[in-house]
Amino acid sequence: MVQFIFYLFATVLIFAAVRVITVKNPVHAALHLVLAFFSMAAIWLLLEAEFLAIALVLVYVGAVMVLFLFVVMMLDINVATVSEGFTRYLSSGFLVGLLILLEMVAVVGSHHFGLKAMPAPTPMAADAVVNTVLLGNVLYTEYVYPFELAAIILLVAMVAAIALVMRPKRWSKYVKPEDQVVVKAQDRLTMVKMTAEKES
Amino acid sequence: MNLANLHLLLPEIFVLSMACVILLVDAYWRKCLHGIAYQLSQATLVGALLFTAFISVKEPVIALSGTFVWDSMAKVLKLFIYVITFTVFLYSRQYLIDRNLFKGEFFVLGLFAMAGMMVMVSAHHFLTLYLGLELLSLSLYAMVAMHRDSAQASEAAMKYFVLGALASGMLLYGMSIIYGLTGSLDLTTIAGVIAENKIEPMLLKFGLVFILIGLAFKLGAVPFHMWLPDVYQGAPTAVTLFISSAPKLAAFAMLMRLLVEGLGSLNVDWQGMLLFLSVLSMALGNIVAIAQTNVKRMLAYSTISHVGFLLLGMLTAKEAGYAAAMFYTMVYTLMSLGAFGLLLLLSHAGFEAENLNDFKGLNRRQPWYALIMMIVVLSMAGVPPMLGFWAKWSVLSQVVAGGFMWLAVLAVLFSVIGAFYYLRIIKLMYFDAPTDNAPVLKPSADIHWALTLNGMVILVLGVLPESLMTVCRVALS
Repeated sequence: MVQFIFYLFATVLIFAAVRVITVKNPVHAALHLVLAFFSMAAIWLLLEAEFLAIALVLVYVGAVMVLFLFVVMMLDINVATVSEGFTRYLSSGFLVGLLILLEMVAVVGSHHFGLKAMPAPTPMAADAVVNTVLLGNVLYTEYVYPFELAAIILLVAMVAAIALVMRPKRWSKYVKPEDQVVVKAQDRLTMVKMTAEKES
Repeated sequence: MNLANLHLLLPEIFVLSMACVILLVDAYWRKCLHGIAYQLSQATLVGALLFTAFISVKEPVIALSGTFVWDSMAKVLKLFIYVITFTVFLYSRQYLIDRNLFKGEFFVLGLFAMAGMMVMVSAHHFLTLYLGLELLSLSLYAMVAMHRDSAQASEAAMKYFVLGALASGMLLYGMSIIYGLTGSLDLTTIAGVIAENKIEPMLLKFGLVFILIGLAFKLGAVPFHMWLPDVYQGAPTAVTLFISSAPKLAAFAMLMRLLVEGLGSLNVDWQGMLLFLSVLSMALGNIVAIAQTNVKRMLAYSTISHVGFLLLGMLTAKEAGYAAAMFYTMVYTLMSLGAFGLLLLLSHAGFEAENLNDFKGLNRRQPWYALIMMIVVLSMAGVPPMLGFWAKWSVLSQVVAGGFMWLAVLAVLFSVIGAFYYLRIIKLMYFDAPTDNAPVLKPSADIHWALTLNGMVILVLGVLPESLMTVCRVALS
């Protein structure tokens, strides 16, 4: 039964992932990405990593992808220019990708990573300590340093986003009285001498 | 929770807290305290230097559940990184003011990038190594893109970001494979498990290949160098100066931690891979640089060839070889500082010194800076008695001692080819007439003296190289 569920979600996952990069409409691509995340979360549930699975659904599907969809809908993405060169590089890219895939399967395939080489771990007893508690125990103790670093990276992302996007308001016009009182007549109007021109 | 050795993290904590303080100060008092972010950043660097210098621990200490290590290599590299970053900020000041980029964000991102380097230098865990690398890279991407109105800078940032993300992906995949095989992220534990010889070597090699590809991407070794020339050319010169100097030290530390400390018993495997990367880098870097007319692009290819030399020192897989590679990296950062610093100095508002022709007749306009540039360039070419010669010499002597005679011959050959484009700059400066009547520049006194000091260090340490070499040797023993 577990095997059947795994293969079902794995198939959906691969299908969704392929559609993300092949589909023409960017909104559809984002929705397929949501599907991919969702199937991934289901597979994580099978691995008894329920906290991570729920975090994936809540954070990625619930927050990140919704924002992403908003951005995609607001941007006017020209599909024709984005997919330009797709067919041109398709054949060579496909060949190289296939080659890498075959090589990788040869190494990390069932020969080395099969159930014989790496036996499945015994499932935890039903009344054992749950995933979330285990994570909570180490996150702020053993892994406090990486945790803080991850927080700093988020801060950098924020600083970078503001530094790259925010522009000072130049369009707001306001009055500067201290400049107004010192202004002279010739500052406002400049007379330019020009030679008369004749129509030829 | 084990917080016993928390004082060893004082420099990191200080730098990160100060970066946050600068962020706030700059947000509220930007107007009334002009340039406050710059002054505070420099003060932070001096403070971090003092903190690091006063921590004296003889034996390597592993703290915070194995995620952090304090050893003499970390201390030396950190001190050097502070000095380099300080100089980078100093050289960049006038250039940034001229281009309206003199903002708090530049310095804050620079400090964050430096914090990333510090984390990498004293990482003892796959997680911290990766997080430090990401902290460094993310800050650098933003710094490259900072010149928003320049299409070239945006393009460079885009390329850097996409290829950098790809490299991080490769590195992470390799790390995950090694984690899956050894069951640990801690470098000492990983080394211990691998030494037991119970794991199929083919699988370890598989993980190693991906880790090495990620490292090569970050270092800019051929054939993973494609981003380097574009980023060097497209980024504002101040950012190029930063990218080309201090992060190389962090990259060296990453090589040491991953390949030597973590995967040290696989050295037979990575020696061959490094050999391949090194020879290709030296060949392509030196030959393609000849065809460049843009100085920034030329220096990018020269960086690639220097990375090849650095890898030569690593691939001997001996302590003396690592010390030579460390020495080479330090010398390279000093030379890169000098070269890009001079480019920054020659640029002024509305004019970007980046073509070879901009050096024409520099001797007649600015004899002192022409002299410094000559010292830097001769050092890069490896002409005695400059420091660069000793760097090349120490690496080559280790390569010969390791039994790779043919490799040393090849390296010398490529260096001779490379000497051509270095000497061309000298020829342009001393024997050609100036083409444009560019104004005689009057840089502020601190930049003038810093550059002078930079040139003098290369010259004086070139006469007395033993001190710096001893520092490297002691740091790694």
